[in-house]
Amino acid sequence: MSNQSNFIAAALILAVALHAGVVGAEGTGLPAAVRAPERLSETGLYRDISNGTIAPRNLSFEPQYPLWTDGADKARWIRLPDGATIDVRNTDGWVFPVGTKLWKEFAFGGKKVETRMLWRARADQWVFASYVWNDAQDEAYLAPEVGIRNHAEIGGGARYSIPSQAECRSCHESGGTPVLGFNALQLSDERDLLAPHQKPLKATSLTISRLERFGLLYPRRPDLVENPPRIEARSPRERAVLGYLSANCGSCHNSRGPLAGLGLFLQHEIGLSSMGVDPALATSVDVAGQFVVPGTSRDGSRRVAPGAPQASALVYRMSSRRPSSQMPPLGTGVVDAKAVELIRAWIAEDLGAK
Amino acid sequence: MRNRIALFSIFVVMAAFSLFGEARNQKERVERGKYLVSTMGCNDCHTPLTMGANGPEPDMSRMLTGHPESLVMPPPPSLPEGPWSTVVAATNTAWAGPWGVSFTANLTPDPETGLGNWTEKQFIDTMRTGRHLGIGRPILPPMPYFMIGAAHDDEIKAIFAYLKSLPPVKNKVPQPIEPVAAK
Repeated sequence: MSNQSNFIAAALILAVALHAGVVGAEGTGLPAAVRAPERLSETGLYRDISNGTIAPRNLSFEPQYPLWTDGADKARWIRLPDGATIDVRNTDGWVFPVGTKLWKEFAFGGKKVETRMLWRARADQWVFASYVWNDAQDEAYLAPEVGIRNHAEIGGGARYSIPSQAECRSCHESGGTPVLGFNALQLSDERDLLAPHQKPLKATSLTISRLERFGLLYPRRPDLVENPPRIEARSPRERAVLGYLSANCGSCHNSRGPLAGLGLFLQHEIGLSSMGVDPALATSVDVAGQFVVPGTSRDGSRRVAPGAPQASALVYRMSSRRPSSQMPPLGTGVVDAKAVELIRAWIAEDLGAK
Repeated sequence: MRNRIALFSIFVVMAAFSLFGEARNQKERVERGKYLVSTMGCNDCHTPLTMGANGPEPDMSRMLTGHPESLVMPPPPSLPEGPWSTVVAATNTAWAGPWGVSFTANLTPDPETGLGNWTEKQFIDTMRTGRHLGIGRPILPPMPYFMIGAAHDDEIKAIFAYLKSLPPVKNKVPQPIEPVAAK
């Protein structure tokens, strides 16, 4: 056979093989997905889980705008691989090195109920794991993929549910990054003192200045230390409202995720608020949404009706725990009364006066 | 030069073959979806019933368009204490129970009122999680999302491909109504 015939024959075989799916990326040589350990004690969070001692290399942090989880007392830690840094070239989209682990522990009445782990196990895989504590409080076990509904009594007749994998992903994979509570705004050294449920910083809590001092940011960002990220707003109360909405609603209601089509952009991006009207305000204040507040006309109902909390879908839905109207629709079974009061006052007084 | 011509020819033939194959696959997918939709009972609630000579039968001129926008339902009658729990409209498209009132969705690909702007992933996620768009409010009774969610990915994709192949019909289905005792 001539060279030319060989060439054509080889090209034909390759083309047919490609078409038939014999040769290709899928199903060939890719390692199986990494699985989470079965026990929390195997994840590296604790040095000694039996007496509750955290491994010293895990660093604790307190986001300034915490997510509401029915009043759970939360503790959070991060572990970065030795010598690794967080890529912060994009201020609003930090990229964590492979091997990063974050944990969040949920306790009610001093009793640990659940610990969640977010682990960048590979460049292309984040592992979501949820561990359920035993009664002896000396071990927690990997929860089933479907979660556990109504797992624990948390007072007032309410029960706490362990989320399913799908529920974890629905919040953590609907924005730019799966890490929601560890970013420039949440770790700013200039804390918003009106933020609901904010815990005071401990001496050891990570903030941007500590991250910078420890050399954990790449590139170095002295600008974020000198000018700590903050939400620019027309009043301190509005600042706290925008921060609350960003942390509690913005992981789904943003311009990137599956709900972008709704045109409700509550996720705060540093810098945008100083460039004119904040997207959260522009897409909510005096804007008619799909949801019509019961008892209000379609023309009167607004996502946020200035001066009228009773005609504001935001207030109505935050105050509901009925399936047909509850917001957020998952991860909570108890209304965040403090936040509802903050937002009600903002709508009635701040927006009503304008 | 001759090598290049030969290679180009092969490329053209394979491209045509791929396109033809994809069109054939899509046709098969839509056919499969049609079969699944008709056997899984989607029409039972998403196509309004109308009274015919043989009793209630699906009005196929409004196939899979959901609760008719023009049919504004009065408040549901209250039921006496006892084992009865649910009231259903004669169209089978509005259901009142302890969850409030739910209306069956428009499954045609109308961009404003149907599935026109939905992605395949959103559809699969919705059936798997029982949540609107996979992340929103829970889908209300009596939608048996878990039955469809138990199907294989390829089957749910086929259902979606068939629904997307239907003629789009503009029919804005009302949002659910809260339970009477709410607020």
